[in-house]
Order: sequence, then structure tokens, then C-alpha cells
Amino acid sequence: MADSGVTEGPDKKDDMQFDRAKSEGKELTKEEKQRLRKEKKQQKKNKEKKDDKASQESEKEKKPLGSAAPASQPPTQSTTQKAPSAVPAPAPVSVPASEAPVLADKPAKSKAELKAERRARQEAERASKQGKKGETGQQAATSKPKAPPNELQPVVKRLPEHIQVDNPDVLKKLAKKLERQQIPGHIADKQIPLRMDYGYKVSLFSHLHQYSRKAPLTQQVSIPSTVIHPAVVRLGLQYSQGIVTGSNARSVALLHAFKQVIRDYTTPPNEELSRDLVNKLKPYISFLNQCRPLSASMGNAIKYIKKEISNIPSQCKEEEAKSKLLNCIECYINEKIILAAKAIAKSAIEKISDGDVILIYGCSSLVNHILCEAFEKSRKFRVIVVDSRPRLEGREALRRLVQKGISCTYVLISAVSYVLPEVSKVFLGAHALLANGYVMSRVGTSQIALVAKAFNVPVLVCCETYKFCERVQTDSFVSNELDDPDDLIVTRKGKTHLKDWQEVPSLGLLNLVYDVTPPDFVDLVITDLGLGMIPCTSVPVVLRVKNVDQ
Amino acid sequence: MPGPYKETDLTERVEAFLSDLKRGGSGTGPLRGSAETARETTALLRRITAQARWSSAGDLMEIIRKEGRRMIAAQPSETTVGNMVRRVLKIIREEYARSRGSSEEADQQESLHKLLTSGGLSEENFRQHFVSLKANVIEVINELLTELEGTTDNISMQALEHIHSNEVIMTIGRSRTVEAFLKDAARKRKFHVIVAECAPFCQGHEMATSLSKDGIETTVITDAAIFAVMSRVNKVIIGTQTVLANGGLRAVNGTHTLALAAKHHSTPLIVCAPMFKLSPQFPNEEDTFHKFVSPHEVLPFTEGEILSKVNAHCPVFDYVPPELITLFISNIGGHAPSYIYRLMSELYHPEDHEL
Repeated sequence: MADSGVTEGPDKKDDMQFDRAKSEGKELTKEEKQRLRKEKKQQKKNKEKKDDKASQESEKEKKPLGSAAPASQPPTQSTTQKAPSAVPAPAPVSVPASEAPVLADKPAKSKAELKAERRARQEAERASKQGKKGETGQQAATSKPKAPPNELQPVVKRLPEHIQVDNPDVLKKLAKKLERQQIPGHIADKQIPLRMDYGYKVSLFSHLHQYSRKAPLTQQVSIPSTVIHPAVVRLGLQYSQGIVTGSNARSVALLHAFKQVIRDYTTPPNEELSRDLVNKLKPYISFLNQCRPLSASMGNAIKYIKKEISNIPSQCKEEEAKSKLLNCIECYINEKIILAAKAIAKSAIEKISDGDVILIYGCSSLVNHILCEAFEKSRKFRVIVVDSRPRLEGREALRRLVQKGISCTYVLISAVSYVLPEVSKVFLGAHALLANGYVMSRVGTSQIALVAKAFNVPVLVCCETYKFCERVQTDSFVSNELDDPDDLIVTRKGKTHLKDWQEVPSLGLLNLVYDVTPPDFVDLVITDLGLGMIPCTSVPVVLRVKNVDQ
Repeated sequence: MPGPYKETDLTERVEAFLSDLKRGGSGTGPLRGSAETARETTALLRRITAQARWSSAGDLMEIIRKEGRRMIAAQPSETTVGNMVRRVLKIIREEYARSRGSSEEADQQESLHKLLTSGGLSEENFRQHFVSLKANVIEVINELLTELEGTTDNISMQALEHIHSNEVIMTIGRSRTVEAFLKDAARKRKFHVIVAECAPFCQGHEMATSLSKDGIETTVITDAAIFAVMSRVNKVIIGTQTVLANGGLRAVNGTHTLALAAKHHSTPLIVCAPMFKLSPQFPNEEDTFHKFVSPHEVLPFTEGEILSKVNAHCPVFDYVPPELITLFISNIGGHAPSYIYRLMSELYHPEDHEL
């Protein structure tokens, strides 16, 4: 129906349509009623959009979170109102399909005339509404003009939920959001469960989640789960138990799981693939977020998939669309991860000379790849692998390098001032590069960069461009991930000192996952996309150029 | 007691002490703290003074030097043993000088003027016999022992001068001095302590449980998170194994990283070290500075055949240069690192630096 393009349903239009209905007979009243219902739905949607914008602006003005609470209530109210209206909506949708052939008997000219009239009226109303919206925008202190994509994007972001755990309203909103994200028609208890925090949280980090590995989210999900695709459930379990770690591995696993989802997807009748598939993916993403907070690389991958899905033209057949999507995902993995690694290795090998002693930290797939490539090109060097508790990821890197035949030394991070005098270069991997030049990586990276700087050893960070992200951060507190605190417990010589740490009220264990390295500790960033080697501070330039290209 | 029995009893005790030293210093945290080692060394030296056969101060010094060399060789990393030996030697010199009647200052101070005017080596050969020398020496050694017993209390008495309320204090590993320091301050002030666990021995865990049982708000972090949380720390208070002659430290590994992070954030670094830890060593003796323990602490034998292809290191100590340290708190008060050389000249005689 043409009504789907309506932005606002003005009252004048309703009156005109009512008059028309009365004049044109009884059959049209049902159609009019459906149209009216649809317009009302649109109105509510736009009202919600306006409320969201108003709440975003109020948060942007840095009002205390208390004012955001009443602002967040209207969106939840309007969405709950929408939910019951969404249920009867599918029922009448099927009715116009049967009505349309009946209408065809009626004089076609009058229908086209009416359509043209309605279109003209809609344009007029839309123009006046834009003007009004401009006024209300100004009233809320900041106006946001709709900018073309290659100019500066307005930075209106709602604060992500995962760094507002200490705000009870945000938690309530998250619970409601998880309730909403269910396939309509299913019973209410088959929803994505909310994962509970575990243990005593250090006061400095009370705004972050802290989960226990012994209580995975999948215990609360029924078997078989009809809401969540089994590939996604498996992926969530792999994330939360630490079986799949490392930002490249997690992104690739995510993309493979989504490929499986797309293969098994069938468009329900009267829905468009481009919209319905995106809606299907939303509960999966919430589920994965609950299992383990999404990484920056996963976030960029999801954005790309959503964009590709919504760009599918509506007249595309389902099989064609699906194969196109699968192809897109394959291309993404190939370009952004595999080919990028090759390009980065090529640039990085120029920096490795014979006789070098290279220090690496933890297990970065990219750095391991570079070292293996350099070894195959017969560079003579040796590697010092630095590792840290409790993850001890360096042992994995050690195994891979020793298998290739590279001579390695292994120390813990507290011994790094002992080994650094003999090191010629430090190679570090990154989890994300932030827009202010800071490097977000595994906890301990900033420490190694600091000590290397003190000993005047060059620090090189290797990172693919798909991990560049637009966030800014200056310290490791505001946005981080807290891992299971029980990992710190260790038994030495039969004694476990921290065994009963929960019972002691003033004792807390802190298991951080990430930290940020300031750009003055990093000498060089090696990346792909033909850029080769750039300084840390050029990250926002790369982001901007990438956005313009896309 | 008849002579031969005295001597065998004495040698037995010395041998027992030596084997204790050899066993105790395996790096996993001494079985005894350094204060205990110092006390036992001094008690043993007092016994040697009392029971060994000597006629003049020179003989006594020879005996003590010989035993001292043996004790140092048993556990080279335990520097308090050598320090106590040097203290006792200085005591003997002082008592000898006092018995002779000459003023101490003229003999002890090596001024440039003296070097120019005296010409040759000093004439001391410590050959004169004094009756009361033994008693005097033993009395002064007893004073030294009392001083040693009170060091921890003297240091913790200064705690309230350095810690204010609502501070976040960071420390690393386990130091009994710092533990007492913080517990004393916690009686009157409320603050938060972050303990870095100091892998692979993880002595920080013990420290954290001990502090939290006293009601101090404690958090345990991994070594990798030291820089990440440093921006929220107000003071860093650490203990050390040895204070070197240039004001630097020989402390548990990971301390250098901690000191660099504190310097980057301009956080003061306070070292709580009693005077018996001050050693006339300098850090540039490469082969004697570092001590290593079995690498299976770092890469356990369960890792399998990779062990034969990999070098693993497990150093125990770290060198911290004096530029990174803000303050030393010792049992005689607080000092800057640049003052340490002066304190050393008061404690030890320059000829005893090389035993």
C-alpha cells in the first residue's frame, strides 16, 4: 500500500479520507480503517523517534542521569504500546491483498486521482512538519541538520549500556529490551536471558559487568532454543568459556555463524528480506553481547553486514539475495582479514633485520603471522615471548613459533626490565585503534610500551584497518571488560591464599581484560589498505577517508 | 665451660646457621624475613666474640671477617648477613679507638686534607690488647640487637605522617615492613590498598589477605594491570630486599615497572627499608646482581617437549635506579635517595666494604 511511505499522518488528511469513505460506499471503510491504523502506527513511531532524539539531546547536554530516566520512559511506553498493535497488524495486512482485486473493478481513474491528491497533500504536510521539527530541535538547544555523508557526522551517541551497570534504570531498560527482542508470536518466556553479575566488584569498576565463567548464559536458555539459532548459541558458549579468543578469531567465527543463519533463513510471507533479516539478527547480537561484550572488530563487522542486508533491492529473489549476502561476507573476511594480514606482513618484514631480537606480548594472530612469514623469508632473528597471568596466552604463541623453528625465550611480564636491554624491537598487536590515537589492547601492553620507551626500544603496533574505531578513550577505567575474578586464585605449595576471598568483605579481585596505550609510547603503526606505516595519530584521518569512500 | 667444648659448640652453631642460610634463600620468599636473618647473624657474631679465642682487636676482626665470608658465600643474595658483619667490624674499630683514647673523628674520617698531609697508610694495626675491649664490644652489639628488634615499630610509627584519608595506595609483593606500616595507619585513617600479586610467586595474595583481615579495603591485581590502574593511585609504598650504595634498590621483580609507571603519572614512590638493609654494594656488578630460580615456576614441566626448545628465565630481583624513588623511610626517619651515601659512611668503615 502506498501508505507505507507516509512520514506524518496529519488530521486534515484523515478528515478528507473519512469524507471520501462515506461518499464511496461501505467496502472502503474497512480499507480506510486499515489505512488509519497504519497511519497511527507511523505517528507513534515518529513520536518515539522524536522522543529518542529529545532524550539523546538531553544526555548530550550532560544533564544528570536522573533526567534521562524520565526521558527513557516514554520510549519504553510507546514501544510497549507498539507491541500489542504489532500483533493485530499482521492480521489486517493480509486483508488488503484480498481487497485489492475487488477495488480493481471500481473506476481506476478515480483511484489514481485520489492517489495523486494524497501524494500532493503528503508532500505539503511533510514540508510543514520539517519546519516544525527544526523549531523543536532548536528548542532543545542543539539543532542537528541532516548532513550529507561526506561532511562531519554529528556525534550523537547514546552511552552504551555495558558501561552503565551502576545505573539501575539502564539495567531495567536492558531487561525490557531483551524481552522485546523475540520473534512475534512466540511465548514470552522464550527470550534472551539477562546474565547476572558475579562476586564483589571493585568500587573503581562498579560501572562494568563482571560475570563468572562457571555460570554461562546458555544454562538459562532452553533446549532446543527456538528464538536463537543453534550456531549462534554455540558461538556464544565458545565466547563465554574463552574457547574462541582474539579479535580476529572472534570476528571470523561471528561471520561464519551469520553465514549459517543466512543459509537457514527463509523470508516469511509479506515481509521484505532486507528488513526482516536485520530484525532477526538483533536478538542474536544481544545474546552474544550478554555472553561476552562485543569487541570493536565484531562491531564493525556487524555494521557492515547490516548495511549490506539493507541495501538488498526489494525485487531481488530470495535465493539470489542470500547468495549475494554470503558472497559479501566471504569478501569481507578475505579482504579485511586474510589479505590485510598478507599486506601487513609484507610491510613489517622490511622492519625486521638479521640479528634482531624481537619482543612480543601475548598471542596476536597478526604478529605471529608476521614472524612466521619473516622466518620463511630467511630472516635471522630470535623472539622473546612475554606472558602474563591469568590468561597465559603467550604459551600459545610460543607453541606456534617453536613449531616453525624460531628460537624463542619465554618470560613473565614482571621480568620485562630484565630482558629489555637485549631487545631491538617490540611488536604488539591491537584489539582496536581509537580515534584519538590510543591503542586498546590486552592488559599489560601499555606497561610493555612504557618500559620499552624507558629503554629506548622502538615499539611497533600491527593492526588491520577494520579494527579502527571511532571511540575515544584516555584511560582504562571508563570502558573495559572485567573477567571472572576467580581466575586470579592460584595454589602454590599446597596453599591457596585467596580461596575464600568472597567471605572477606574488604577483599576484592580485579581481572581486567583491556588497557589503553597512549600514542607517545608507540613509534609506528603498520596497517593495510595500501597505507603501510602510519603514526598512531593518523587513525582519525584513515577513518574519515574510509567513510568518504564508502 | 672448658675450651674445646666451647669451640665445637660454636662451630656447630655456625655450621647450623650456614646450612639454614643455604636452604632458606630459594627465592620463593625467605623462610625467614630479613629482620630475623639480621638478628640471628648479630646474635651469632656476639657469640663468636664471646667464645672464640682472640687477644687483640685485630685477631677478632680477622675471625669475624673469615666467618663473614663463609656466611656470605652460603647465600650471596641475602645481603643483610654481610651488612651485619660490617656493622660489627665497625663497632670493634670504634671500641678499639675509644679504648686507645684517641678521638674517633680524627681516625675515621677520610678527608682530602688528611690524605694530603698524612702521606702514607694509616698506622693502625689493632695489635694492642685491652682488657675491657671484649665487654665493651659485647655491650655495643647488644645495643645493636635492641635496635634491630625495634626497627619495624620505628618505621610504622611514622605511618600517620605519610598517609591521609581516602588515599589509594599501591604496593607489590609481600613486605612485612610495609604490612606493619599500613596496618598502623589503618588504625586511624581509612584508605584503599591495591596489591600487585607479583607472579610467579604470587606473594601479593598473602599480603592482601593479611591486610583485608585487618579491615583495610584491599584489591588484588595482576602484574599486567599495574600501568592500567596507576592513574588512580595516590602513593606507591614498597619494601625492598636491599638498598644499594647509590640510593638504588634491589627489589622483587616487577618493581622497576611499578617505579616507571609511578614516574609517568608523577606519583610519589616511598620505600620502607630499615637501616640494616643498606649495603655498600653498587649495581654494576653484572654477574652478582641477578639471582635466578628454577624456570619451572614460569614454564612448568607439564608443558611438555616444548621445554627443550625454549629458554625460560625467572629472575628474582629488579634494579630500580635512584631517580625513580621519592623517599626512603627507615627506622631513623625519612631520607631522600641522595642522602644514602652519607648514612653509609656512618654505618660502615670504607675498608670493610670488601670483606
